[in-house]
Amino acid sequence: MDLQTLWFAAVAVLWTGFLLLEGFDFGVAALLPVLGRRTADRHLMLRTIGPVWDGNEVWLITAAGAVFAAFPGWYATWLPALYLPFVVVLLGLIVRAVAFEWRHSSHDPRWDATWTRVITGGSLVAAAGVGAALGATTLGLPIDADGTRVGGAFAGLGWSSLLGAAAVLGFSVVHGALFLALKTDGPVRLRARAFALRWSPVAALPLLAWAGLVQLRSGTTVTAVLWLVAALAVVVTWTRVRLDREGQAFAGWATVLLASAATLFGSAHPVVVPSTIDPAFDVTIAQASVSDYTLTVMTWVAAVGLPVVLAYQAWTYWVFRRRLTAEPEHDDSAEPVAA
Amino acid sequence: MDLLGMDTLDVARWQFGITTVYHFLMVPLTIGLGILVAVMHTMWVRTGKPEWLRMTRFWGRVYLVNFVLGVATGLVQEFQFGLAWSEYSRFVGDVFGSLLAMEALLAFFLESTFLGLWIFGWGRIPKKLHLASLWAAVIGSIVSAYFIIAANSWMQHPVGVVVGEDGRPQQVDFLAVLTNNTALAAFTHAIVAALVVAGALLVGIGLYQLRKRKLAGASTTDVSGGRVDDTVWRRSVRVGGWVSLAAFVLVAVTGDWQGKLMYHQQPLKMSSAEALCETEAPAPFSVFAWAKLGSNECDDVHSYTIPGLLSFLAHGDFSSPVPGIEELQEEYAAVYGETYPDDPSFGERAGEPVDYTPVLAATYWSFRMMIGLGGVSAGVAAYALWATRRGRVPTSRIGVYGSLVAVGAPFAANAAGWVFTEIGRQPFVVYPNPDVPVDEQVWFFTAQAVSPGVTVAEVWTSLISLGLLYGALAVVELAILVRLFRRGVTTGDTTPTPPAVGSTRTDGRSDDDRSDDERADDDVLSFAY
Ligand code: HDD
Ligand code: HEM
Ligand code: HEM
Repeated sequence: MDLQTLWFAAVAVLWTGFLLLEGFDFGVAALLPVLGRRTADRHLMLRTIGPVWDGNEVWLITAAGAVFAAFPGWYATWLPALYLPFVVVLLGLIVRAVAFEWRHSSHDPRWDATWTRVITGGSLVAAAGVGAALGATTLGLPIDADGTRVGGAFAGLGWSSLLGAAAVLGFSVVHGALFLALKTDGPVRLRARAFALRWSPVAALPLLAWAGLVQLRSGTTVTAVLWLVAALAVVVTWTRVRLDREGQAFAGWATVLLASAATLFGSAHPVVVPSTIDPAFDVTIAQASVSDYTLTVMTWVAAVGLPVVLAYQAWTYWVFRRRLTAEPEHDDSAEPVAA
Repeated sequence: MDLLGMDTLDVARWQFGITTVYHFLMVPLTIGLGILVAVMHTMWVRTGKPEWLRMTRFWGRVYLVNFVLGVATGLVQEFQFGLAWSEYSRFVGDVFGSLLAMEALLAFFLESTFLGLWIFGWGRIPKKLHLASLWAAVIGSIVSAYFIIAANSWMQHPVGVVVGEDGRPQQVDFLAVLTNNTALAAFTHAIVAALVVAGALLVGIGLYQLRKRKLAGASTTDVSGGRVDDTVWRRSVRVGGWVSLAAFVLVAVTGDWQGKLMYHQQPLKMSSAEALCETEAPAPFSVFAWAKLGSNECDDVHSYTIPGLLSFLAHGDFSSPVPGIEELQEEYAAVYGETYPDDPSFGERAGEPVDYTPVLAATYWSFRMMIGLGGVSAGVAAYALWATRRGRVPTSRIGVYGSLVAVGAPFAANAAGWVFTEIGRQPFVVYPNPDVPVDEQVWFFTAQAVSPGVTVAEVWTSLISLGLLYGALAVVELAILVRLFRRGVTTGDTTPTPPAVGSTRTDGRSDDDRSDDERADDDVLSFAY
């Protein structure tokens, strides 16, 4: 494998890692108003992601950084073409981040309820926006021979970005539910399981459709098999949820993402931004990449750094591995949900 | 749309400047306070004294409230290079992106993961491991500063590259990029400047609380008999004061190092900072200057000067010549062109004359603000140390409230430092390295850097929406901090023997017997989860 392909794979791994990890904290945040009937339930749900959301978000920063580092031509084509959607993602991520921390600064229930809503809203916007951006980079953007977007501010947005947004949202919501089923006990666990049982088959459809489209356009036999694995994993997940095997269900759903992402990136290779104007304008890894020298340096740094990062992140999940329960019963009479 | 007569480039520059300066309000506090809180926590683990625990808790909470806004605004930074500065990103891609990616991989993961562990680890993981996780996060911040400053310094002084076939810099020596002397000087300068900020905050809040307690009749001199809170504030003032003073000395030393490099690497930046029009030997240092309003013409500037000092700053003696703006402007024009190349990548600026002198007023005054406001914090620190000597508590309204207001000074000094650094390198975004023969140099004009496909309306939209959001966040952050400062050490922190905090099992029960909520209760840093 040449260095450019290696780094294409590395970038794919980083984006997939981001979706896999941040996916559940997006999902938990999105489900706060759905599964968190009482304040105590919502606090419980937030506690499951409290220690880890920031570490998960760094996967996004690293993924974007790696695109810039290895393929500046991709970074410089993709981001300006979707200027406003990316700005919206940033706004969502900003409010969400501060809400996680600032919630604690007052015991006033309204303060808490407001920031909790901000977490949900910011997460929904960010998840949809990242999905839209990824959808467009695999299905095509209106770029000319120089990689410059033509057609104005909204030219980059179309059905492909809608599909990507739906895919990431759908995946995240069920992923969040399965994570809650795994990490909590009590009514939230039961509701989360019921939610996953009902919605997982539907929520997987946009993701499978997206991966399927890219597969049809430029896939190989290997990626076709991967797509089938993803589809199969949906079925497995569903049956595991039914049998109340939460761990297996979570693994199954993670497989749906891993196999779909492998299909997506595997089929797209070596194109990083397809042009909807003329296939001759497609940006490929060869055009977009940095020199072999720089790729070599980064390979060394990543080879040493990434395993260490994975080890300590895995360790923090281990430290916080216990199932959490809601605050005691006497808190139940707490504020009405709408407060 | 041609609002205010600004094109995409102008708006994008405002956006970058505003968002970056804003990010850098949080950054120095994160770095400086992080180091100090880690020291407090270490002292607590080593001595077991309750006042250290309380200091860790109180300042730790301030640290976290601020940290998260640093994270949130940092995200914007990471994407901005691609969004509005795509041609810049393409041009510098071979060097610049890898530094950002390494920062994320080697620093941000460390910061965020271990900080999560620290926040939620109180009482859950062994004491020493818990302390180590804070240190890991703090080291992450410092490493992050190093990589990002290495990236910035490479724009100021590109090393380790050759001109590639496509005319772009091609990296040939990664170690040279990492050990760029510009980066080493700027990094040490920025770290000690961050300590000035943290020290000033400890001093200001500490004095305020001491005075308040004294006026309320609480004894503030008895350090022993359980008056732990007084000790908390007294010690905050003393620690903060010494840190601030020492850091100011180091800031001057490292700043002098930067200045000497700059005379060589970016002579126009320094001459502009001094409004030094003609070459002079010995060259004077300008203390105060005034000019015709709105004029960027050197001859319109008049200053009060100290003879010879500029020669000393540049060369270490009081007589060597320092080149003036007019001479340099001509030199640069001869090498890099009187006008921008007639090339579409320069947009409407193609063929226009290039002004190699940065905006004089901005460079001149930002340089003085940086040094002057830093001097203010050093003065306040000295005052606070003197006023609290041998157990004294100052009650002077002016002294205490002045110190409180002066907390803002080092923040502004930091911002001014960056404005100076960044505006002073105009019109280049990548400044030519004078140590390299001209035909092997890489340089890039700011005018070429902006994304060509992005419309001015888009950049206005993002500038306005980010601006409004940042404004609102500033208000909330300040409100939260002011409340924390007013309230001081909270009940959870002040009980003489804090319940279970920080140790795995002080109540004799095993970790798993205690429900999470019990822990959440005594777990002040994460009480609401
Ligand atoms: C001297 C230090 C310094 C400078 C010049 C900058 N930053 Fe920064 N940045 C930090 C020092 C720092 C930090 C201390 O590491 C922060 C501040 C607060 C925090 O949470 O981490 C941070 C946070 C932070 C984050 C969030 C990290 C996370 O999620 O943990 C990102 C993505 C960036 N920064 C990116 C940038 C970029 C692209 C910059 C260039 C324009 C930049 N920063 C300037
Ligand atoms: C956090 C500290 C920093 C501050 C406060 C700061 C400040 C500024 C300001 C005020 C401008 C506008 C200058 C002008 O328009 O004349 C600017 C521009 C810019 N800076 Fe910085 N900067 C910082 C760090 C960095 C770093 C670390 C980098 C790169 C890694 C960087 C890269 C740029 C770029 C690309 C521009 C846009 C081009 C330009 O307008 O000159 N800056 N910065
Ligand atoms: C005796 C005083 C000082 C001197 C001689 C000095 C010198 C300098 C110089 C020459 C630069 C520009 C570097 C460049 O453009 O390459 C700089 C930048 C800067 N200064 Fe200072 N400085 C002093 C005090 C301070 C103080 C008190 C602070 C803040 C508390 C501060 C914060 C900064 C920052 C944040 C930068 C931009 C980042 C960097 O280049 O490190 N400086 N300083």
